[in-house]
Amino acid sequence: MSNAPLVKTPTAAHDAARTHVKFDPQPGAALAPRAPFQATEAPQMAAQGLWKRYFKGRVEIPVLRGVELEVRRGEFVSIIGQSGSGKSTLLHLLCTLDVPDQGEIRFQGQRIDNVSARRRDQLRNKELGMIFQFYHLLPELTALENVLSPLLIAEGAWSYFRRRREHLERAKELLDRVGLSHRLKHRPRELSGGEMQRAAIARALVAGPEVLLADEPTGNLDTRTGEEILTILRSLNESQRLTVIMVTHDRAIAAQADRTVRLAQGQMEIA
Amino acid sequence: MYKFLLCWRYLRTRYIALASVVSVTLGVATMIVVNAVMEGFTHEMQDRIHGILSDVVFESHSLEGFPDPEGKMEQIRQVAGDYIAGMTSTVVIPALLIFEVQGQTITRQVNFIGVDEKTHGQVSDFNRYLQHPKNREQLSFDLRNGGYDTIDHQGSDKSKPRDRMEIAGWEYRRILAKIKGPIQADRLSDSPPQSRVASAPEPQAPPEELEHEGWTYRRGEQLTAKPPETKDPFERSRPAEFDPANETHCGIVMGIALASFRGRDGTDHFMVLPGDDVKVTVPTAGMPPKIVDDNFTIVDFYESKMSEYDANFVFVPIRKLQEMRGMIDPQTGIGNVTSIQIKLHNDADGQHVRNLLQAAFPPELFGIQTWRDKQGPLLAAVHMETAILNVLLFMIIAVAGFGILAIFYMIVVEKTRDIGILKSLGAASSGIMGIFLAYGLSLGIVGSGVGMLIGLVFVAHINEIADGLAWVTGQQVFDPSIYYFQQIPTIVQPFTVSWIVLGAMAIAIMASILPARRAARLHPVEALRYE
Repeated sequence: MSNAPLVKTPTAAHDAARTHVKFDPQPGAALAPRAPFQATEAPQMAAQGLWKRYFKGRVEIPVLRGVELEVRRGEFVSIIGQSGSGKSTLLHLLCTLDVPDQGEIRFQGQRIDNVSARRRDQLRNKELGMIFQFYHLLPELTALENVLSPLLIAEGAWSYFRRRREHLERAKELLDRVGLSHRLKHRPRELSGGEMQRAAIARALVAGPEVLLADEPTGNLDTRTGEEILTILRSLNESQRLTVIMVTHDRAIAAQADRTVRLAQGQMEIA
Repeated sequence: MYKFLLCWRYLRTRYIALASVVSVTLGVATMIVVNAVMEGFTHEMQDRIHGILSDVVFESHSLEGFPDPEGKMEQIRQVAGDYIAGMTSTVVIPALLIFEVQGQTITRQVNFIGVDEKTHGQVSDFNRYLQHPKNREQLSFDLRNGGYDTIDHQGSDKSKPRDRMEIAGWEYRRILAKIKGPIQADRLSDSPPQSRVASAPEPQAPPEELEHEGWTYRRGEQLTAKPPETKDPFERSRPAEFDPANETHCGIVMGIALASFRGRDGTDHFMVLPGDDVKVTVPTAGMPPKIVDDNFTIVDFYESKMSEYDANFVFVPIRKLQEMRGMIDPQTGIGNVTSIQIKLHNDADGQHVRNLLQAAFPPELFGIQTWRDKQGPLLAAVHMETAILNVLLFMIIAVAGFGILAIFYMIVVEKTRDIGILKSLGAASSGIMGIFLAYGLSLGIVGSGVGMLIGLVFVAHINEIADGLAWVTGQQVFDPSIYYFQQIPTIVQPFTVSWIVLGAMAIAIMASILPARRAARLHPVEALRYE
């Protein structure tokens, strides 16, 4: 998959980047019809009665108070809520960066909130992809190296070297798919916000996760660039049946999802 | 894998961290230089000490010595024969050395040593330090015809030539004899000359008798202005007359610092030369000691470059000394000796042999020491000095470690968000710790590696650097007139260098442990939120 104008020369590539060519998921091919959700299918990701509180000094701040959430395979769910409603905290719990005070999180039927640190590292590395509002690319690495970083983390020096051609192919293919093939050797500070978020998406997908967790992915982008990012997420969701859980405070963005839930007062409401 | 990549990138982009290891670099370089110079001095000194002392010294406590040295040697062989390569007996006695320079009498207190000229060179490096090439091969107490070294054979290219030594030998003696005239034996000595050595090959015309005018001869002066000739009417009627142009007294080898002094520019000024006569006064053996003296002719100089030895030691044939002091048993004709010098095989352990001998001989009568024991205080002082310097310099590197710690802490704080990102991508805490430990290690490698290079280059060119400093400051850094070395001696010990480098690396790693632990313990969510 590639951008519409198949660019080869650097000038054309730069033009493409400057004019923000719209991402076309599958040029010339019709979208595969989406399989309807089956109510009987077990949820891919489920949260039950999640409680989480923080302390600011001695003051206890309950952020999540019994959150319930079920996301099925291939679903595109957006979670909206006001600032400070605990959206990000919920996402951090779902991707095992943090542990809930109470409640359970299940991923593909298995509890993941009480597993070992090693297993959680593995989950974040391979099975759960994450993108963030501030992109969170490593400033010392090029776009390509950033995309490769989950693979670098997963493998030791020796096995990485043995398979580096394969890994490089995969990373380049992903960057190509998000329209960044002309920016492989650029450092994050040489990229625009939209480009950084695209690189972040490629990084989240490089290890082949089944769930993508997006924390305000368009929060720092203008409307048009945000639209492009969202288009990429949608197409990934549709073509690969990638489960996307997106947190946003923007109703218009949230409306593009299959399903929207609202987080208010630390609890879930149907939006 | 990501550890090495990130570590490498941090090295390339964080030059401030490199600045923090500059002190490690300097510390390592200084330690290498100091150790090389100290090692060089120690080695040079040990070399000199060992050059004069044999491996093990067996000596009597009394100046009268012990009888029957051959028997003692046999006993020693029975105890430790397997280790012994050679033995020689010596007599060591305090004495006064007297010689005249331009009319003034110079008296020096010396260690007067009787040596066996055949075997002495086999047990120590004594011969190596002599000035005549043939004496270096085999010591002889006969005056040579000339051919003494005019340049310091142990020195470097920069040693100043010793032009005066060119005339030393028989030629010098004849010139001297012409000026001073024949010296009647009974005028300088109570006893007739013990050894009269037949002169050089060419037959000499009977020397013209010259009025003895004292030491009118001056060094470097042309011999054109001869003192007025006056015939001695009693020339033929003096049988005991000693002819200095064709005869010598018994030979003597003098420490070079007794005969010369070194100017500030490194040139040596000689007061006497091989061919000159000196007088030695010693106490006799037996009670009460009496004072005896005799004349000797300088046949060579001894130069070990240890000023302590060069300014103290005077060597004569052992038999001569025994006769002088009355140490010879009139019935057997065997002389007493005060010590036996024992040389061991190269792989033999001196201390072991010393212990064997100490067990076999009564300690009340005989002192048995290795050469290290004899110079123990000196060697220990040098060791102590080296150790203290090493401790102080290592402290400097340790201080540098705290600099690394502070800067690392800053880098970890600066990288908080990146650490959060890495954790969110599945990096384990141990991996994060690994990044910073590897970073510390690479800084240590860079710092100590550069330090090692600087140190080794400095050591290799230390004399040029000293000269350069002297040129800039106008003050001589290394004064050869003090040290008797023309150049700063250095020895680089690979073991010491690797020890220093490893130590510095260990310090760099230890300094990075604390920041690395902090990085590993960061909570990913808080780290991600960090602005």
